[in-house]
Amino acid sequence: MSAAIATTALRKVYPAPPNGRRQRGMPAPARDGGVVALESLDLEVGEGEFFGLLGPNGAGKSTTIGILTTRIRPTAGSALVAGEDVVRHAPRVRQRIGVVPQRPNPDRGLDVTENLVFHAAYFGVSRGEAEQRANRLLETLSLAERRTARVDELSGGQQQRLMIARALIHEPEVLFLDEPTVGLDPQARLALWDILRELHDAGRTIVMTTHYMEEADQLCERVAIVDRGRLLALDTPARLKARAPGGTLVILTLDGDAGDAAARARGLAGVERVESESATVRAFAARGGEVIPALIRAAEEAGRAVTDIPLREPSLETLFISLTGRRLT
Amino acid sequence: MSGAAVATGDAKARPRVRRSRVFLALLQRDLRVARKELPFFLIRTTLQPLLFIVVFGFLLPRMGFMRGNYTSALLPGILAVSLTFASIQSVALPLVQDFGFTREIEDRLLAPVPTRLVAAEKIVAGVIQGMISALFVMPVARLIMGPIPGLTLSHLPLVVLVVVLGATAFSALGLLLGTAISPQQIGLMFSIIVAPMIFFGCAYYPWTGLAAVPVMKYAVLANPLTYVAEGMRGALTPSIPHMPVAATAGALLLLSAVFWGLGLRSFERRAVG
Repeated sequence: MSAAIATTALRKVYPAPPNGRRQRGMPAPARDGGVVALESLDLEVGEGEFFGLLGPNGAGKSTTIGILTTRIRPTAGSALVAGEDVVRHAPRVRQRIGVVPQRPNPDRGLDVTENLVFHAAYFGVSRGEAEQRANRLLETLSLAERRTARVDELSGGQQQRLMIARALIHEPEVLFLDEPTVGLDPQARLALWDILRELHDAGRTIVMTTHYMEEADQLCERVAIVDRGRLLALDTPARLKARAPGGTLVILTLDGDAGDAAARARGLAGVERVESESATVRAFAARGGEVIPALIRAAEEAGRAVTDIPLREPSLETLFISLTGRRLT
Repeated sequence: MSGAAVATGDAKARPRVRRSRVFLALLQRDLRVARKELPFFLIRTTLQPLLFIVVFGFLLPRMGFMRGNYTSALLPGILAVSLTFASIQSVALPLVQDFGFTREIEDRLLAPVPTRLVAAEKIVAGVIQGMISALFVMPVARLIMGPIPGLTLSHLPLVVLVVVLGATAFSALGLLLGTAISPQQIGLMFSIIVAPMIFFGCAYYPWTGLAAVPVMKYAVLANPLTYVAEGMRGALTPSIPHMPVAATAGALLLLSAVFWGLGLRSFERRAVG
């Protein structure tokens, strides 16, 4: 497999924000007071691969995409995209990539078609050629009727599709999408998935960040699970799911501290692993349903009542919880 | 690390885009947007100078408060205000939105050219818009004020030099302010930086006249507008006492270089995280 993207010990430390500005879930400050967004990332994405970066907010996904798209300067380490160094040869990297941002940011001074034609012009595409491509893309992305509309008049989903058209108009080799389906209704999300599948089938390298497990599972060939600036796991969705301990995850919400109940649950037959956190017990079991009565008994013996007891099938989400002790969203 | 393992496919064969071509595309984009809102742009940048002309170039002279040749000192100053005000505004205001919440400028920052070229294009677009504004004010001012004693277009190359240098200095200043100041403070910027600059920039009175208030005569030398206004007087109404043209051109050249350097650096800092 030849690499479309290769990063070596990629690291990003942001200067410390003013006091109290640190967001929930953000990584802890580094020794020098800066915020470590990316610890030390080694990644390789193959040509034509559909690659996913999965993690909660503040995991370092957007920072990674920012560095790979030359929009953020790494603190240390190196990154090559399409064979070019993102710092030393940023313009050459930009020539070969298309970027769909987290929030649609169309050029509001221009209408829909102009957004595409001018973007193409920034990449040296001639006007005639750009107009042809724009028409084709607007057709494919069901925006043909909005061709002369002002971008303010577009719905969120339409703006997002315009961003995809813009990212494709100069025919890049690598397409980056940063949380492309956030804020889309379910129908628009499924439509976008179809578009992305088609682009992948056509041989394009796609790197996508998401904090939706299902999205990564459905679309990506390989998924990197990141959290707090660190790479926790990297594999195909199927193999990642197989790594989730003990298959089903049983989550017990109790009416008080879960420590004692968790200790009792650890000895139960069929339960492979138990974790606790304040009023929650998480038990991984090969057959989730069979251990539920025993788990409830264990909680009651510890003097606690169970207020909720959902089951999670083996998924990237259960793996994420087992890796980090936290839920994704 | 060697790039041997990193295949580039047919990309190597793809021709590199010429910078001049990208620059022109960026400029076309800015002029396209500017053309769409030309009436608003002209009102925003020329209404204030034109109102000033009505009062000080028409009413007061009629009332006998101003001597006849005041208009000769006023016209070049008014043109300087239109030129610089339009230049600074047409760069700074859109940048505040471009770098604002949605970062609209991102699609241009992704252009396959050095980020500084995108910034430089903003300055050039500002120069053009400043000149359009001054060109619009010139005939209207002449119409309102009537014949202006000593007005000559025989030093046209000099006029062009002062206009280009003045617009460049102020567009670059607009780039600096537009990227260094937060969106919430942009209105404040115009109140506390631009407005005093216009009133104490020798636009409405000639610099030599400040001999009456020596402190002011030296204080206004810190104001870039002084050199544009005095340069315009030297080029358009040379019979009015004015600063030596070489001095104004030299000062504008220096200011342009300084603001250009600071503006580009500030733009890059905002553009790359």
